[in-house]
Amino acid sequence: MTVSILLLLPVLAAIVVSFIKNGSAKHASMFFALAELALAFYFLSGFVADRSIQYAIDLPWIPKFGIYFSAGIDGISMVMVLLTTVLVPIIILTTYEHQYKNANAFYALILFMQAGLLTVFTALDGFLFYVGWEAALIPIYFICALWGGENRIRVNLKFFIYTFAGSLFMLVGIIYLYLQTPNKVYDIHAFYDLALSPGQQSWVFLAFFIAFAIKMPLFPFHTWQPDTYSEAPSGGSMMLSGIMLKMGIYGAIRWMIPNAPLGFLHWVNTAMILAIIGIVYASIIAFKQKDGKRLVAYSSIAHVGLIAAGIFAWNLVGIQGALIQMVSHGINVVGMFFIWDIISRRMNTRDIDQLGGIAKVAPNFAIAFLIITLGTVALPLTNGFVGEFLLLKSVFSYGLYFAAVAGLTIIFGAVYMLRMYKGVMQGQLNDLTATFTDIKGSEKLALGIICALIIVIGVYPQPLLHISEAAANHLFNEVSHKFMNAKF
Amino acid sequence: MTPLIIISVLPIVLLYLGLFKAQKALLPVAIIGMLVAMGTAIAAWTTQDQAQPIYNGMLLFNNFSVAFTVVSIISTILILMLSKGYFEKISTHVAEYYAIILFSLAGIIVMVSYHNLTMLFIGIEIMSVSLYILAGIRKNDFASNEAALKYFLMGAFSTGFLLFGITLIYGSTGSFDLDAIRDWIVTHPRKVDPLFYTGVMLIIVGLCFKVGAAPFHFWTPDVYEGAPSLITAYMSTVVKAAGFAAFLRLFSACFATIADFWAPVLMVITIITLFIGNITALYQQSFKRMLAFSSISHAGYLLFAIVALGAASANSVFVYATAYSIASIIAFGALVLVRQQTGTDDFEGFNGLAGKNPFLAFVLTISMLSLAGIPLTAGFMGKFYMFSGALLQYRYWLVIIAVVNAIISIFYYFRVIVAMYFRPAERTEVVVPAYYKFVLGFSALATIVIGVYPTLVSSLI
Repeated sequence: MTVSILLLLPVLAAIVVSFIKNGSAKHASMFFALAELALAFYFLSGFVADRSIQYAIDLPWIPKFGIYFSAGIDGISMVMVLLTTVLVPIIILTTYEHQYKNANAFYALILFMQAGLLTVFTALDGFLFYVGWEAALIPIYFICALWGGENRIRVNLKFFIYTFAGSLFMLVGIIYLYLQTPNKVYDIHAFYDLALSPGQQSWVFLAFFIAFAIKMPLFPFHTWQPDTYSEAPSGGSMMLSGIMLKMGIYGAIRWMIPNAPLGFLHWVNTAMILAIIGIVYASIIAFKQKDGKRLVAYSSIAHVGLIAAGIFAWNLVGIQGALIQMVSHGINVVGMFFIWDIISRRMNTRDIDQLGGIAKVAPNFAIAFLIITLGTVALPLTNGFVGEFLLLKSVFSYGLYFAAVAGLTIIFGAVYMLRMYKGVMQGQLNDLTATFTDIKGSEKLALGIICALIIVIGVYPQPLLHISEAAANHLFNEVSHKFMNAKF
Repeated sequence: MTPLIIISVLPIVLLYLGLFKAQKALLPVAIIGMLVAMGTAIAAWTTQDQAQPIYNGMLLFNNFSVAFTVVSIISTILILMLSKGYFEKISTHVAEYYAIILFSLAGIIVMVSYHNLTMLFIGIEIMSVSLYILAGIRKNDFASNEAALKYFLMGAFSTGFLLFGITLIYGSTGSFDLDAIRDWIVTHPRKVDPLFYTGVMLIIVGLCFKVGAAPFHFWTPDVYEGAPSLITAYMSTVVKAAGFAAFLRLFSACFATIADFWAPVLMVITIITLFIGNITALYQQSFKRMLAFSSISHAGYLLFAIVALGAASANSVFVYATAYSIASIIAFGALVLVRQQTGTDDFEGFNGLAGKNPFLAFVLTISMLSLAGIPLTAGFMGKFYMFSGALLQYRYWLVIIAVVNAIISIFYYFRVIVAMYFRPAERTEVVVPAYYKFVLGFSALATIVIGVYPTLVSSLI
């Protein structure tokens, strides 16, 4: 069994689903997503949590240019694979109440995107990584533009151009690294072994940084994000924020910093400052949001800013924290978007001011919403806490003042999230919200799973940390070694 | 050299068929003839490429020529299949269309396999004269006449430049033969010879005219717009690919050693071409004009291979030209169908196409993604090879500029996709004839197959 099955299954599934009649497309896609999940768990069961790359595949693809279909799973990848394969069925489940026009195309695109995401998270070849990167982008463009809100065309074009522009610079960086390798290969380990001058690394770092900063998104590359999230259909927002933006973070850990460690050293302060500005800036804007989905979008920028800061501090705690926070943030943000999907489907509005008192008529919904909110504000014993704690610790070791400012995210987050909760769920019922019906069926199931994950990871994160520990440690040591040997 | 002979005899056969009113036999005979020619070309392909010049050193039919001949023939076949029933609407003399297109194809085969500058000139002239006629073939259409006249005047100028350049090179080297010229350059290193260098410059001007590179591109949009759509398709694919093959052959075989002299010039031309093509394409309302301007920008990308001349250049041009040709054929094929229904070339004509014609919208989307250079399509592989080659030669700024241009191009390529999928419009179903289905489906499939597994085409040369 190699990882190629994991990458191929969603592609085949997408092709099959695209031919299925609209009514049963969602069931079929759910079936395939669960099959993929089972496969991931099968891989997990045989996975040894050491630093090695497992289930590797290495086939000649365009051997003339040193391009190989080379992928494999180590601890870091495993976490991302789990995140993707767990979230996709949940996301599909959350769309069960929607009647999408051309549902078969919608679900086929989701599955195709899953293939792209998994390729990104397992690729060990620069070219394959880039292809996966773009292969995830095309479906989400169509998902958002076909099933999105009113301004979707303009907003999505902006989104597409931003991300495409970023990735082209990354492509130039990848080709540049390739040309420097002695054997002319795109292999990631050959990239790691390069000893480029600080000047060269500085450029390579920037090429990657633009791509990843746009994808995450980091301030000031974030301007596409709130619009896109709020215009996209909920399933699309979830795919984007739950999984896709993790491509940027994963890329930074796996491709950007190890490939250009000296470039990273040169730019780390700038990157750190951008990340921290983003945290504060996005939090402040989130205060003012009336639209629930936009509020979640801005809170997402703040959270991702913290993850990025934790990575840029570059220590073991930070990498571990980033990995677990990617999972937690994925789960929480999917939950949040689902909450707003439920509200906007019933009330036809996402304006917090128009809502209120829903807890009185929908107790189950209120509990789920509360758990997700608490997870997002990183209350201890929820999943958000573990990650944010580790990340702040990491930033703290980078610099006290940085940590002090970054720590604001927790306070701010608690303020705007709880204010949102209060505005929607508590207070007096009005004419609109009095008709709110409690969650049931697939909604209940999806929210139940999300809440369970929030609590389980919050109470007992150790297994998740254990998967990635050895690999993260190895990566960290390898890069730190380069820092020490660097000649300036 | 059998393919050239077959392609030269074939149009005469077709003219006779036309004379005896065998209209129905025209297309099958043309296609079968071309397939046979293609077969003989493939038979000439060797794993150890040691082809020698033939006909007193006039032609060199090596793997390079085979590859470009085959791709030209395939593109021509696809375009002719689209033309089923198309020329009958324009005129009663259908046989002439087929014959003239095939004559120009014969010129193209000479262009991709010349080994002597006189043959380059003859090849270009055979091709061009046929195209002047084709551009103006709708005799009563004002735009078509304008296109033909403009094309003829510009073409005559450019041929003049080319011929003058060839003459100057002959004057200083004493030969038209590519090997002899190369040897002369090697034996006269760094000898300042104004005649020779002027000749090289004039040849660059002439060839840039032919391939539609800025600032010699002014004929392109009007001619492309005025000519019948399928003729435009032919011009922007087969002719352009052949032009670059000829360009590349001359510069890699002869002038590679004096690259320091002409590379900066071509680099400037490349940059101007990219920007002019892309930025003007951005402002077009007509899909057809957009394709014309975008074809200028693609000429810019193709010039990369010549600016950064290296061992992989031939491959890069081949992959890029193939990718560009098949994507353009889809675009023009779809344009013909949409125009038949809506009567307009504008982007609005594509509004809501996806609702009624999912197939047409889907293949056109693949074509646009390929032209824009999105991974898993052939167009991406073409751009990838170009960028790799340029970076290998340390032309970083050129690549950065190309990247910026690729981003600009997204705007206009996605306009079509946006129109088809996201702009609602009342429309009836477009009838897609079986021939179109085959050609469009085949091209879309080829685009994806080459995009996923480019080794299929990239290891040919």
